[in-house]
Amino acid sequence: MSRDTGFSAGRVWAMLLRYLYLLRSSWPRTLELLYWPTLQMLIWGFMSQFLYVNSSYVFRAFGVLLAAVMLWDVLFRGQLGLSMSFLEEMWARNLGHLFVTPLRPYEWVLSLLTMSLIRVLLGIVPAALLAIPLYHYSIFSLGLPLVAFFAVLLVMGWALGMAICGLILRQGLGAEGLAWTVVFTISPISAVYYPVSILPGWLQHAAWALPSTYVFEGMRAVLFSGIFRTDYFFAAVALDIVYLALGAAIFLIAFHDARRRGALLQMGE
Amino acid sequence: MIEPAVKVENLVKRYPTAVAVDGISFTVRRGVTAALLGGNGAGKTTTLSILLGLLLPTGGRVRVFGEDMLRHRYRVLPRMNFSSPFVDLPHRLTVRQNLLIYARLYGLPRRRERIESLADDLQISAFLERPAGKLSAGQKTRVALAKALLNEPELLLLDEPTASLDPDTGDWVRGYLEAYRARTGATILMASHNMSEVERLCSEVMMMKAGRIVDRGSPQALIDRYGRTNLEEVFLHIARGPRTVLEPVQ
Repeated sequence: MSRDTGFSAGRVWAMLLRYLYLLRSSWPRTLELLYWPTLQMLIWGFMSQFLYVNSSYVFRAFGVLLAAVMLWDVLFRGQLGLSMSFLEEMWARNLGHLFVTPLRPYEWVLSLLTMSLIRVLLGIVPAALLAIPLYHYSIFSLGLPLVAFFAVLLVMGWALGMAICGLILRQGLGAEGLAWTVVFTISPISAVYYPVSILPGWLQHAAWALPSTYVFEGMRAVLFSGIFRTDYFFAAVALDIVYLALGAAIFLIAFHDARRRGALLQMGE
Repeated sequence: MIEPAVKVENLVKRYPTAVAVDGISFTVRRGVTAALLGGNGAGKTTTLSILLGLLLPTGGRVRVFGEDMLRHRYRVLPRMNFSSPFVDLPHRLTVRQNLLIYARLYGLPRRRERIESLADDLQISAFLERPAGKLSAGQKTRVALAKALLNEPELLLLDEPTASLDPDTGDWVRGYLEAYRARTGATILMASHNMSEVERLCSEVMMMKAGRIVDRGSPQALIDRYGRTNLEEVFLHIARGPRTVLEPVQ
């Protein structure tokens, strides 16, 4: 008699191990993880130093731009970290092998999410630590709200990543550019570096539909006023749940559709 | 009563512009080696993909070891495996890393011992630490076979198992598969258009053309039925014959 073993943490670990092996096998890729967040931090750090003496906005809180750039990277790297691990399978034409094993799609997704967290931490933490001696600014001074901001942005990155992976599953590797571009379309309305009130009225409605907007407004509230806006936090969490459900639905529908079209065996370069 | 290893009933796979599988039915008994034989586009790989759960059929039923593959494939996937020269293992990982990951996906105990034992059997020990992308075609085939045998499957599905291999390596692989089936009592179902391979390995053959099974039987029975001297001549007769005389055999 055959038995359905249900969820297996061992299978999730197996997939995670695969992505860790891949990461370890290429030092340029590992270096790239550290390179961009550090470079961003350097550019915005010097910019902040300049603006600190020339702008009342930055004078109110030195770290406002540095914190924004590092938190933005959590969203971007969270999405890209998930999409890159997914793309590794596509490039390797490995889906046909993976899904004749007992691996469930949701177990695969769990491993992609975990790998995304690892990639984010590998990229962001060194940049954040380097900012301390260079600019005498520590993002960790945000305290507990930093954990909340990090979590909301990471989950939003996962939601976007799953939706993008679903679109790539549907459209094939011709759509892989989405993994690098989609997140930047929401950057202007996420109010990363400026308050949402700068945006035209009609665009503000769109901005408030993004969890990221609440995070960056909340970050400025902490830095300028020392207040953690719980109303912003709960709104962001609620939106995250909606986005995550949508992202997961798009991915799972695309996966089912790929099984219907026979794309799991054919997908690849 | 023991359920057959594979039972397919009225299987249909229709795409918007083509019918890949057109209402086929067949059974594969446990412990035999059977083949789906046919030219390119006959529907062999599509049928295997449906059996593996990689492709959803438009209609029909597929039962593996008595379980409905559409509803309960996770009950039987641990008892099956698959190998194809057209689906590579990830190139940048070493052979050992690849095998270790698949061993974990199948939840195998004593993974390292299992890999060492298979590596000895399949003569791949010398390149266990080499990236999978840097292997020759023959080495890749043996590694793919090692992956397919990790969980000692009761049902092994093979898509063109010796495609692009030199005759010596091809013969070695065929010998290994024969020995595996004899030792474990496993069922092997392969898609192939290598006639000598099918004649040597298979006791049951289903001849496919344009998505349908147009004849079936043992290799010798088919050769006798068509009055030919080998299976290749039977294949050519069927492949080149008019579609109208090739109705599915009930």
